[in-house]
Amino acid sequence: MLHVESATLDEAFAQFDDRRENLIPILQEVQATYSYLPEDILRHVSRKLKVPLPQVYQVATFYRCFSLKPRGKHVVQVCLGTACHVRGGTRILERVGTETGVAGVGTSPDLEFVVETVRCIGCCGLAPVMRVDKDIYATLEQTKVKRVLDRYRAGGRRAAKKGASRE
Amino acid sequence: MSDHLCHVTDLEALERCAIHGRASLYPERIKIMVGMATCGRAAGAAEVLEAVHEEVEGKHLPYAVAETGCIGWCSQEPLLDVWVPGQPRVTYGRVKPGQVRDILAELPDPKTNLALAVMTGDDNALTGKRISYCNGGDGHVDGLKSYADLPLFKRQLRIVMRNCGIVDPASFEEYAARGGYRALWRALFSLTPREVLQEVLTSGLRGRGGAGFPTGRKWQAVCEAKGTPKYIICNADEGDPGAYMDRGVLEGDPHSVIEGMIIGGYTMGAHEGVIYVRDEYPLAVARLSEAILQAQRSDLLGKDILGSGFSFNISITKGAGAFVCGEETALIASIEGRVGEPRPRPPYPAEQGLWGKPTCINNVETWATVPVIVQRGGAWLSAIGTGKSKGTKVFSLVGNVTNTALIEVPMGTTLADVVNEIGGGVPAGRVCKAVQTGGPSGGCIPAAMLDLPVDYESLTQAGSIMGSGGMIVMDDHTCMVDIAKYFLGFLEDESCGKCFSCRVGTQRMKEIVDRISKGRGSEEDLKLLEDLAWLVGETSMCGLGQSAPNPVLTTLRYFRDEYLAHIREHRCPAKVCKELITYSIDPVTCNGCGACISLCSGTAILGEKNKLHTIEQAKCTKCGSCLETCKFDAVLVN
Repeated sequence: MLHVESATLDEAFAQFDDRRENLIPILQEVQATYSYLPEDILRHVSRKLKVPLPQVYQVATFYRCFSLKPRGKHVVQVCLGTACHVRGGTRILERVGTETGVAGVGTSPDLEFVVETVRCIGCCGLAPVMRVDKDIYATLEQTKVKRVLDRYRAGGRRAAKKGASRE
Repeated sequence: MSDHLCHVTDLEALERCAIHGRASLYPERIKIMVGMATCGRAAGAAEVLEAVHEEVEGKHLPYAVAETGCIGWCSQEPLLDVWVPGQPRVTYGRVKPGQVRDILAELPDPKTNLALAVMTGDDNALTGKRISYCNGGDGHVDGLKSYADLPLFKRQLRIVMRNCGIVDPASFEEYAARGGYRALWRALFSLTPREVLQEVLTSGLRGRGGAGFPTGRKWQAVCEAKGTPKYIICNADEGDPGAYMDRGVLEGDPHSVIEGMIIGGYTMGAHEGVIYVRDEYPLAVARLSEAILQAQRSDLLGKDILGSGFSFNISITKGAGAFVCGEETALIASIEGRVGEPRPRPPYPAEQGLWGKPTCINNVETWATVPVIVQRGGAWLSAIGTGKSKGTKVFSLVGNVTNTALIEVPMGTTLADVVNEIGGGVPAGRVCKAVQTGGPSGGCIPAAMLDLPVDYESLTQAGSIMGSGGMIVMDDHTCMVDIAKYFLGFLEDESCGKCFSCRVGTQRMKEIVDRISKGRGSEEDLKLLEDLAWLVGETSMCGLGQSAPNPVLTTLRYFRDEYLAHIREHRCPAKVCKELITYSIDPVTCNGCGACISLCSGTAILGEKNKLHTIEQAKCTKCGSCLETCKFDAVLVN
């Protein structure tokens, strides 16, 4: 378990008042920093905002963008919106699974990738799409999935692109 | 951020901003624009923009380079536009960074073999004026069609998207140059709140988030509600899969939403506004934050706006990934830092909303329409559209359609016009089967009913809903049982769990449809499904559960044969449901190229180079990769 000095944390949270309505923005900040919500920090947030821990837990598990477990290095989000679905998004997900060793969603055994599905990233005109970290890959086909993922693997031949591209 | 951000203290100051804006919108030198909304970026616009910068700076070319939002021509992203003063704007599509040099090489002449179309001027719904790019000429360029003649654009009427793809969304001045913040001015200094309300009532505008509640009546309720402070909320939690209208507006023209909200605040006596925007839209959040900061620095937000004595401010709350938060009471709970569970209405948010106070909550498109209503009058908007559905609606036209696009058409345009004319129909060789509207709350309208006009009542009558504007075209390769299963899976996942009937009902319905998709269903299942759908709809509290049966009921109503084929013949007519199909290789067509072997995820394909390949059925995972990769159509699905 990760231990963080509460003073450092308070500094990070200085932009937020100790008001209950800031619970979600604070958790989003924590998620962005650690890529998950460490238990220690949740306890700290609970004390600081005076929101009972079960309620913090309730919020942390209700919303899709939070994770209670550490995640892989690169976040692969396969879009399963309707447009992606009718253009083969599920097949892209399966292919990502084959390439990463993740069945469905979860973290790959080599901790390189965490595979997630996302409801819609609003790039429906270029379906099917997936996002790796901050890059969106559009008009995907199964044949192209490996090439995209290889860019992110440790020691990958090519670095990830600055933006992304029509694959 | 612009250097010459102006303090807007009076109308003259606003006009000075507008002059700066016009100078960058229509400069006296060649201007190159790249569409840098999320969809453009996904297709590689950032690299194209970088290539433009390299070329322009490397060669010290005296050109202006600008970013713009999404003009809606998604299938052609990334888009690059070149405007030579006095000539039409030339659009290039699917631009690769390597082509930038070629496109710029022959300027001021267009590279006609790469160009898509020319735009001879732009119309501005806010001012009712058209700006011609061609010094009075017709702007004809040999071999290129004009936007006005393209089926994709000629039927459109852009009110909400009036500035998208025209202005730089990061430029306050360009928004001002397009007539921006004049409506706010008019509201604050020429109209009383009651008069603004009257214009909105007259316009007949209905909520664009999906339910279509009359906006004027909602505002009236907030005006009349007791209790202070009052709040204004913009619902930008665009959760419907297959829909990105709000993203298009927020990324392309954020000030239009801000101006609409300030006018709303003035009308209803609210001093605080919140924009609740999806976390999945980082660029929209960035654009909005920037625009809010600009408005604050220009005295258009904050205390004593423009010296009118009226104060208003706006903050942003980022959603955390829960579909149900699009429901207004759930959204309010989420802003308050709680889990996004809806609560019973009444009391409606107009009486008891954020922090228990009167709250007006409207969708992005609704807010963006407000400045136009104030500027041109409610009667102007109400002359557009049908008897009960006024104005225009933005749709994301996606799925199996030739021109995937973000479009805005007058209410009452038929589905056939949208799909076949604007969208260019389904790709060659395919047959249009259905159009899905309204997201998971909507339904599938069969191709035979495409003459249906797009308005709130007609779509509801057909068993679907207008919804927020997703329009997904489905062809003969789409299985309707699979689609029903898809939406039920979505709803099962996104049900907040508060109402038993929605939480468990969606699960049970999904199990039944799943069973049918695997060929293990019975005909009694269809009756059970209908009963369950009715029950879930009748006994759920919020819109999510109440409309959850729509995808099931419409597919059952219009595509019952397809369900029966799965049940009676254990056959999936569209060849989608995995348990009911097999892949094989046609011994006549296969030339043994080996492409499928290396890709097969189950190592199920046997054979050697130049020899016939076969599929070992026991190992086949039916991933379809062989079908996708075979260039000789040798893979058969049965």
